[in-house]
Amino acid sequence: MSGFHIQKLDRRRFLQLSGLTGSGLLLGVAVIDSDPAHAAANTLAPSAFAPSAFLQISSEGIVIYATQPEIGQGVRTSIPMILAEELDVAWKDVEIRIASIDAKRYGVQTAGGSTATPRSWNPMRRAGAVARAMLIEAAAREWNVSASECRTRDSKVMHAASGRRAHYRDLAEVAATLPVPDADTLQLKTRTEYRLLNTRVRATDGRDLVSGRPTYASDVRIPGMLYAMYVKCPRIGGKVRAANLDAVRSLPGIVDIFVLEGNGDLTELKPGVALLARDTWSALSARRALRIEWDESSAASDDWPSTLAKARELAPAGGDDATGSDLIAERGDVATAFASAKKTLQATYSYAFLSHAQLEPQNCVARPLAGGGMELWPPSQTPQRAQTAVAKLLGVAEANVTIHPQRLGGGFGRRLNNDVACEAAAIAARAQAPIKLQWIREDDMTNDVVRAGGLMALQGALDARGRLTGWRNHQITFSPDGKRIVSGGTLRADEDFAPLLPAVRITRSVLPWSSPCGFWRAPGASAFAFPLQSFLHEMSIAAGRDHLEFLLELLGEPRWLPPANAGALNTARAAGVLRLAAEKAGWGKRLPEGRALGIAFYFSHTAHVAEVAEVSVDAAQHITVHAVTVAVDVGPVVNLNGAEAQCQGSVIDGLSAMAAQQLTHRNGVIDEKNFDRYALRRIGSEPRIDIHFLQSDFPPSGLGEPVLPPVAPAICNAVFSACGQRIRSLPISAEGFSI
Amino acid sequence: MSKIELNVNGQWQTVDDVPPDMPLLWVLRDRLGLTGTRFGCGMAQCGACTVHLEGNPVRACSVPASAAVGSRITTIEGLAAADGTLHAVQQAWLEHDVAQCGYCQSGQIMSATALLARNSKPSDADIDAAMAGNICRCGTYVRIRKAIHSAATALRARI
Ligand code: FES
Ligand code: FES
Repeated sequence: MSGFHIQKLDRRRFLQLSGLTGSGLLLGVAVIDSDPAHAAANTLAPSAFAPSAFLQISSEGIVIYATQPEIGQGVRTSIPMILAEELDVAWKDVEIRIASIDAKRYGVQTAGGSTATPRSWNPMRRAGAVARAMLIEAAAREWNVSASECRTRDSKVMHAASGRRAHYRDLAEVAATLPVPDADTLQLKTRTEYRLLNTRVRATDGRDLVSGRPTYASDVRIPGMLYAMYVKCPRIGGKVRAANLDAVRSLPGIVDIFVLEGNGDLTELKPGVALLARDTWSALSARRALRIEWDESSAASDDWPSTLAKARELAPAGGDDATGSDLIAERGDVATAFASAKKTLQATYSYAFLSHAQLEPQNCVARPLAGGGMELWPPSQTPQRAQTAVAKLLGVAEANVTIHPQRLGGGFGRRLNNDVACEAAAIAARAQAPIKLQWIREDDMTNDVVRAGGLMALQGALDARGRLTGWRNHQITFSPDGKRIVSGGTLRADEDFAPLLPAVRITRSVLPWSSPCGFWRAPGASAFAFPLQSFLHEMSIAAGRDHLEFLLELLGEPRWLPPANAGALNTARAAGVLRLAAEKAGWGKRLPEGRALGIAFYFSHTAHVAEVAEVSVDAAQHITVHAVTVAVDVGPVVNLNGAEAQCQGSVIDGLSAMAAQQLTHRNGVIDEKNFDRYALRRIGSEPRIDIHFLQSDFPPSGLGEPVLPPVAPAICNAVFSACGQRIRSLPISAEGFSI
Repeated sequence: MSKIELNVNGQWQTVDDVPPDMPLLWVLRDRLGLTGTRFGCGMAQCGACTVHLEGNPVRACSVPASAAVGSRITTIEGLAAADGTLHAVQQAWLEHDVAQCGYCQSGQIMSATALLARNSKPSDADIDAAMAGNICRCGTYVRIRKAIHSAATALRARI
């Protein structure tokens, strides 16, 4: 059974833990996840000796701590809402404070993989419910009535018979003296009882954002801070052989300049030249005069044009059983399915390398501490890992590295890596001065951990009744050493519809690639949905069948696919969102001449999402996306405002990426260095985006990522239906299309 | 290197040792501590650094501070009234909960306020033209458009 033990913190202990010094009585509710399964999954699970504190009620007010990194996905608002719902507190009474970075106190603090909401769901609900029960008990004792006769609403406990009511603030003192009930004995609210969840709540720090108040890591200013830049080899992995350091040191505004060797890990500390100046512009100006001779003997020589050409040759051939590719999955009798097929089809799809291009370039303020430690303000999606990485880099204990949480000017997976924190720490340690390291956009784009491109050669078999009977998928992906696949480039055996196919063989060939790759919004899915869901459409067209009906047939009976838990694809949930999207978009309706609908589904991050795009295509292959209908099953919706924002943003991001985004590595150098060469979508001709949630009592899924993957296949399927042309490369600009 | 005087948000500021080519962006951020004007690309591509010079939107990363001497400079910090009342555009941004990561939004708001100052009832095409220089990586364009229309309505109601 699950083991969220909830502990009350005595006031002294609570003050000690939360670093608070204020007066007033405090009810600290601690939640400890002692479920061994979770403990195994989360090596950072808090221990019983250092409980986490999410909530504080005192005579001064009600404070909920936002513990997860805010990257624009809205968790500073939505996760506290989960606790507030069970507490039955009026949202306007809640003050949200940002929790410190502390694994022992808060457990995992990570923004990645759309996990923050599901990870927080039970602990936050239980913390709220326990606190509420204690407040009720406090009121019941005060009034000498039975707790069961008391109700709560809007931060108050009420006793109907006597008409008495008391605000939580005024009950906290007594509540804090009571024993903590076992959370398992408490009844959590059912979805129909929610008053706060699934409503529209505005972002917690909205006023700061519209007023330009210091908000981001890049806004941090500390006394005596020097402005640093760090110049790395344009060819990834190059080392500094020599540089005109003395000449640059004498330039105006320059305080220091030195070479750092790097620690051998290109995702932590690359070799380079650090410039320290009195302001950013002095550093930038001096940088122009900096001449570095690079040792490129061990630098990357990755080259996308030639690699793509090689992959295009390899992909179709490798799909045969005869080749020496790695087997990812094989089920059923694939050879027979193809041999006895009425019709077979094959096609090769490709998708480009992508940049994260979060709008706030990488930066980090760092201040050396006495005794070799470091204090940092990094824009990190994984601040706890930043602490670990910096401690290791500096050779100090983690306790000597303090991380101040920051709101991030975008993440999209880029800031799962903590290279900028490592660089800032190394520079500050060497200079023994507080520094602000600022990357310029060119640094950011050429030192990204990019989304890997790749290819898929797909083959499908149809029987005489137009049913999909066989499937082969040969993926071309990359590896630095022939063994470890680049991050985000691994096609799973159970990716999306794979487990639904009667006979399937999935193989993989690997080409060498040494430049760092990483997770990009909806890792894997953001790339794989396009070939997989487009080729399914090719099959239904070949079968002469309606695509929705074809997909529903594949889904079959309502059931969980293996491993048959709430983290797996559920065919009923998948069919539910497909039907909902189709119905809302008017699937099958008569459309004006030249317009067509396309539908696609994708399962990622435990979310079931279907989308229908309505498009038209002109003679110059310009696509107008008139509408995108999104149907989502993520269980219960937390903040409707935020949930819709993530859907809208994901559709725009999907459009933006598929239209014209691609990175071109040429002999280890990335060509696209700024937004003049890398097209982020601007305002104008946004499609109408209709969003529908199929709410359920399944555990919630996060929403930062899963709406993105179906965008490209839904649009490309619609394009085929509108003009008869099948797009098989992303970005679509590679095939002469535009949006 | 010279000393310059800038009129920022209605206040005169003296800034020492400003190289003639130093962009207004870095004077604002590093020398004056006005960090609400943000850095995104440094080459007039993204609009994160948008401020007003005499009411016109400009990209502070690409305008030397020396060229702003003698002009009224308004940054996001100077948009609200002295008593803290938000500009109608800021208010609309809150009501529509526009921001996701929020990093682009200072620039978006500065472009939108400049638009509404000269066009009280912008069409969608007017919005597209006026806001084309501001990238939102999070894709908040749907809400930006709605917020501009509702700010326009609110401003017209005041006249
Ligand atoms: S930073 Fe000035 S336009 Fe991007
Ligand atoms: S809200 Fe993130 S860039 Fe616009």
